[in-house]
Amino acid sequence: MAFFLLPSAIPLFVFTLVPMVSSLWVSLHKWNLISPMEWVGFRNYTNLLGDEMTRRVFLHTLIYVVGYLPIVYAGGLLLALALNQKLKGRSFLRATYFLPVVTSWVVVALVWKWLLNPTNGLVNQILGGLGLPQPGWWTDPHWALPAVILSSAWKDLGFVMVILLAGLQSIPTDVHEAAKVDGSNAWQRFWRITLPLLSPSTFFVVVISLINGFQVFDQVYVMTAGGPAGSSQVVVGQIYDLTFRYGRAGEASALSWILFAVILIITVFQIRGQRRWVHYA
Amino acid sequence: MRDTRSLTAKIALYAAVLVGAAIMLFPFLWTVITSITPEGSLADGPTVFVDNPTLNAYRTLLDAMPIWRIILNSLGVALVSTVLQLVTGSMAAYGFARLHFPFKNVIFGFYLATLMVPLQVLVVPLFIEMKTLNLQDTYFALLAPTIASAFGVFLLRQAVIGVPMELDEAATIDGAGHLRIFTTIVLPLIRPALATVAVFAFMGSWNSFLWPLVVIRSPEFMTLPLGLSTLQGQFTTQWDVVMAGSVVSIVPIAIVYLLAQRHIIAGVAHTGIK
Repeated sequence: MAFFLLPSAIPLFVFTLVPMVSSLWVSLHKWNLISPMEWVGFRNYTNLLGDEMTRRVFLHTLIYVVGYLPIVYAGGLLLALALNQKLKGRSFLRATYFLPVVTSWVVVALVWKWLLNPTNGLVNQILGGLGLPQPGWWTDPHWALPAVILSSAWKDLGFVMVILLAGLQSIPTDVHEAAKVDGSNAWQRFWRITLPLLSPSTFFVVVISLINGFQVFDQVYVMTAGGPAGSSQVVVGQIYDLTFRYGRAGEASALSWILFAVILIITVFQIRGQRRWVHYA
Repeated sequence: MRDTRSLTAKIALYAAVLVGAAIMLFPFLWTVITSITPEGSLADGPTVFVDNPTLNAYRTLLDAMPIWRIILNSLGVALVSTVLQLVTGSMAAYGFARLHFPFKNVIFGFYLATLMVPLQVLVVPLFIEMKTLNLQDTYFALLAPTIASAFGVFLLRQAVIGVPMELDEAATIDGAGHLRIFTTIVLPLIRPALATVAVFAFMGSWNSFLWPLVVIRSPEFMTLPLGLSTLQGQFTTQWDVVMAGSVVSIVPIAIVYLLAQRHIIAGVAHTGIK
């Protein structure tokens, strides 16, 4: 037994469990990573919970999630429905839509930062050519988060598509045939059959997207670094800055536990709530 | 009547998915175009056909950082962490699925608990751990958090449970021990799950950014995402160089992807169903 378990148990213990426990310990101290730790009890937590900055970074993270999820779900669903039809070049198209998924966040963020460059970026050139307004994107406090959301949605569309495609393919065709015989139209079949039977896949997409969305960091760090003027700072970016820019490791650890608690609560609520809308065939 | 309608619908569908595919591919194409555009012409705004294509940006990139080494770092770390996760994960999966020992459920509960803790919670103490052990700026530091993955153990355990017990029992009668059953019976039968875990491990390592950002300082140990992000700091306005770096980092993963595309997509789909 030891032979089979130790190769995974030792690294998980040393590089996950020990840091977990020590993170809790650090979160109860005032510490700049250099001078001795100073015990402050739960003051880091209470300070953070009363802090305007905490509210802002959580709000930005929430805006990110709420903006991103409907776009990738609706887009991914349309794509999955389209590429579930008998089309020529179907597998090539699926591969194309999935290509951004394997590309790293940093590359995606850099490429989109360039495409969304306010002065000579391609997107604004096109918008200008069409006589539309040209937002300042990542240089404008109102547009920085939308710029991040846009590039994230572009990257993850293919992922959602693949999950929903797998879900669509697990729906037995005779259900649709039977409904057709009973005289239902395509629209009714979509709402009454496809969407309900797709609910397990939808559930998976929503749970994973929320967990990942609340941990958003790479694309924000690269594209806006939380700016301009903190307008796109997210929770993980704040954890990073607190530790490595301001030397406030105690508060950073406390904030990371608050984030974990929020993700956990949301996930538990979703799992509890799934009975109401998730139907397993 | 009915035929013309379905034909129109078909054409509309093709048009829509092709426009969508163009939107997916164009940023990649644009990255290449920008990287070969002479720096001076970038300010004039974009053109699809570059007048005087140049490889200057790639030369600047080569001078700015040990890019070959960085590519090898990324590939090496991704490959090693994939292999390690497959080995440690499949062994643990066999242990949890087939062996009986005290506190099995408690220990498995620990594994699942580590699955739920986000990397952000671990980053600060893990960084301190590495600093204390003087392991900053090493390959080991890059690998440490990815030697074993609870996610992999969980997925592989499900697969081992799916292997019929009768096979094990028959092998036991023939005198095979656990190690032998594991390597000759279980491992070949859980190949699809192993492929799925491999895909996730490789992509996870290849794309990981936060941990390398925290633990690596010197260019010799950087991986591609980290190297690229520092490039942006050095060349805030030199988009041709930044895009050249992006091209260099997209090409290897794109090749891996094209070769293994079916397995990658199937692997991802597989996790969504169950």
